[in-house]
Amino acid sequence: MFRMQKRGEMPKTKIVAIRILAIILALVAAAFIILLLKLNPVDVYIAMVKGAFGSVYRVKEVIIKTIPLVVTSLGIAIAFKMQFWNIGGEGQICMGAFLASYVALNYPDLPKPLLISIMILASIIGGGLWATVPAYFKAKWRTNETIITLMMNYIALKWIQYLQYGPWKDPKAMGFPKIPHFTDNAILPDLFGVHIGWVFALVLTVLIYIFLNYTKKGFEIAVLGESENTAAYAGINIKRTIITAIFLSGGLCGLTGMIQASALHNTLSVEVSGGVGFTAIITTWLSALKPFVIVIVSLLFAALVQGGSFIQTAFGIPQAAAQLLQGMILFFVLGSEFFIRYKLVWNKSFQSISKKE
Amino acid sequence: MSYIAMKGITKIFGDVVANDNINLQVEAGEIHALLGENGAGKSTLVNMLSGIYSPDSGSIFIRDQEVKLTSPRAALELGIGMIHQHFKLVEIMTAQENIMLGQKNGIFLNKKAHAAKIKALSERFQLGVDPDKKVYDMSVGEKQTLEILKVLYRGADILILDEPTAVLTPQETEKLFKIVKKMKEEGCAVIFITHKMNEVMAIADRITVLRKGKTIQTLDKTTTSPKELAELMVGHPLDLSIDRVQVPQGEVTLQVKNINAKNVEGIEVLRNISFHIRSGEILGIAGIAGSGQKELCEAIAGLFPLESGDILFNNESLVGKSPREIITCGITMSFVPEDRLGMGLVASMDIVDNMILKSYQNDKGLFIDRKKAAEKAKKIVKKLDISTPGIHHPIRQLSGGNIQKVLLGRELDSDPKLLITAYPVRGLDINVSYKIYDLINEEKEKGVAILFVGEDLDVLLELCDRIMVLCNGEVTGIIDAAKTTKDELGLMMAGEKKQYLEGTEIV
Repeated sequence: MFRMQKRGEMPKTKIVAIRILAIILALVAAAFIILLLKLNPVDVYIAMVKGAFGSVYRVKEVIIKTIPLVVTSLGIAIAFKMQFWNIGGEGQICMGAFLASYVALNYPDLPKPLLISIMILASIIGGGLWATVPAYFKAKWRTNETIITLMMNYIALKWIQYLQYGPWKDPKAMGFPKIPHFTDNAILPDLFGVHIGWVFALVLTVLIYIFLNYTKKGFEIAVLGESENTAAYAGINIKRTIITAIFLSGGLCGLTGMIQASALHNTLSVEVSGGVGFTAIITTWLSALKPFVIVIVSLLFAALVQGGSFIQTAFGIPQAAAQLLQGMILFFVLGSEFFIRYKLVWNKSFQSISKKE
Repeated sequence: MSYIAMKGITKIFGDVVANDNINLQVEAGEIHALLGENGAGKSTLVNMLSGIYSPDSGSIFIRDQEVKLTSPRAALELGIGMIHQHFKLVEIMTAQENIMLGQKNGIFLNKKAHAAKIKALSERFQLGVDPDKKVYDMSVGEKQTLEILKVLYRGADILILDEPTAVLTPQETEKLFKIVKKMKEEGCAVIFITHKMNEVMAIADRITVLRKGKTIQTLDKTTTSPKELAELMVGHPLDLSIDRVQVPQGEVTLQVKNINAKNVEGIEVLRNISFHIRSGEILGIAGIAGSGQKELCEAIAGLFPLESGDILFNNESLVGKSPREIITCGITMSFVPEDRLGMGLVASMDIVDNMILKSYQNDKGLFIDRKKAAEKAKKIVKKLDISTPGIHHPIRQLSGGNIQKVLLGRELDSDPKLLITAYPVRGLDINVSYKIYDLINEEKEKGVAILFVGEDLDVLLELCDRIMVLCNGEVTGIIDAAKTTKDELGLMMAGEKKQYLEGTEIV
């Protein structure tokens, strides 16, 4: 019989080895499904890599998909570090995009640097305040933040939908439910062929790394995440720390909303979040809340999505099959966490003893 | 024949020889104490007997039959039950559900039959376990009794207790001893791991002393003395007395005036408590666990709200100040909880980060300065002889005693004006305990006012200048430690008030 045995601390190299092995196993397992589709798995995998990195255009697409993941994951990492389970990234992205769009649509003729700066500020405030609601409830009445942040996603999404179908509907769109496009002044400029969001993402990564590891507030967040009693004992103002940290967390998600609305969609729509708020939870967790790892994991994740959509068209396989592949890799990598914490022991001598008795 | 015989047991972890050719024999109907300091190899040895580790060499005989114990379950099937320091119970289940958990049953549970068997066992060994009580409602002592019942239910007649009293109150300890003696009468063999001399003398029949992974000697209790045991344990002659340092006492540092407090359930936990401490004085606090010690310490530290009354520190009121402001005043509070972690330390962080826990807010600007803290960490590791792979190692991986040293090291190093310390030597071995007493005396000589909450009355009597006794949240007396006895303290702990409360008035 097998039995589970808890492992001690594992060296980092071994943890990385287990994760890589998990990805290889996922590819092997997925290969069988590809075989069922009567395709050569090796060809498909090579095509996936090509689809993600095979041309300058494709690399740009991957980077564009990476940017929102990185910024949102950084925000979620702050909350998770405090063991505040912020599942409300989607809603915070929407509300950030909403406030930024409000600025963009109402002051379209401000000079570009000024307008963009105000939009950035507005998006951080929008996402931050939206996240502060559950944070305040938790600080004041110890409510469960998981449920409240999750539920508030739907309120935010429906609010954007209401705007899109109602008050903000473009009268020139001939009845089509869409919000007017931003003026050029409200659109993020490009740098080296990709919108400037990638610079934001990289700068924020460094800033959040410093924030979490070298500042007093970052230290307080970590202590509070470990134990509220200890935090009180150390003289940390618990309520203020919860609210500050979650404002920052939501603010970063809100900034994602601004980047997506401004650079990608050039307007506000219900697609602005595109599931990033949820996907970022996975990337954050896989990165063990480490900012620099978040960049790598987000990039790989974006490549997986991009490569997946490429093989759809290249091999004519259904979208579901491509997503199956993504799901498979996720399943194996998340599953490998088990083997980092436990090992299976083959237990034969135990049975021989039982028989003797 | 001997019930259990372990012969030539050796166990090596990496470069560390945890057990080196150890021999142990335990008879039926015997309480056998395994005595040794932290790291002497006691836990490793019994972990091999309970199937958690297997020995690298040597053999184990149970009832004269050589056995290979490959899992805790295999050990239990041979009648070996182990009670760990950290309980393995499901909090939200009742006692009975915990006992039945993991038993091989049919699809349906025959609750009545189980209940009857549990009741019979509980009565036979006088355990007094309420089978329908939820574990989260139980005190530490009750949980431990439940653990014992659990292994008895599974048929154990060899019981291993790993430092069972480290987490118990004196009353609970006494109850445990009764149970253990009852088991001895029933013909069970009990292995009792400890490093407390008085416990050994109270219940053990024979004692095996381990030191640095080796068997030093097995002795009969009747032919040995605590002094001899202590010396065998540490390997050199020992002076077991604590000095009461005579220091000229200064101004009143802390004055507590008629404080009252209620807990979250609205029960009065502090009732009209008044006392004072002068600089250069140690005020001891005695009382059975849960008499208000924790609430009192937390109230002074600003962590427990008062209903009424006042706390003056150097004639300035602390009431209404935040914990942060109280720390800045120079008041340090270290409460070693039953599980040793909990409050005061962050388990996943390293020693350096734990050093700055209370001082980082004094750094200027937004950033944290870890350089000074790293030096402090190195100093404390050296001074208190903390065994750790390094100062950047998460403290959760250190042993309980070492974790505690990190906490006390930090608190003592913060140059306090008022030092509040509760159970600082809980679970520590002799050498370290004495080291801690010395450190506390050093602070006293510096003119620090000290509030020392203790559980060992002998220590309180020797170390403190005055002792305040708490019972049920009330002060039952404040007396001169040099002029009282253990019996007098015991009566006051049980609630008998002393008419003359010496030292409550301000001269």
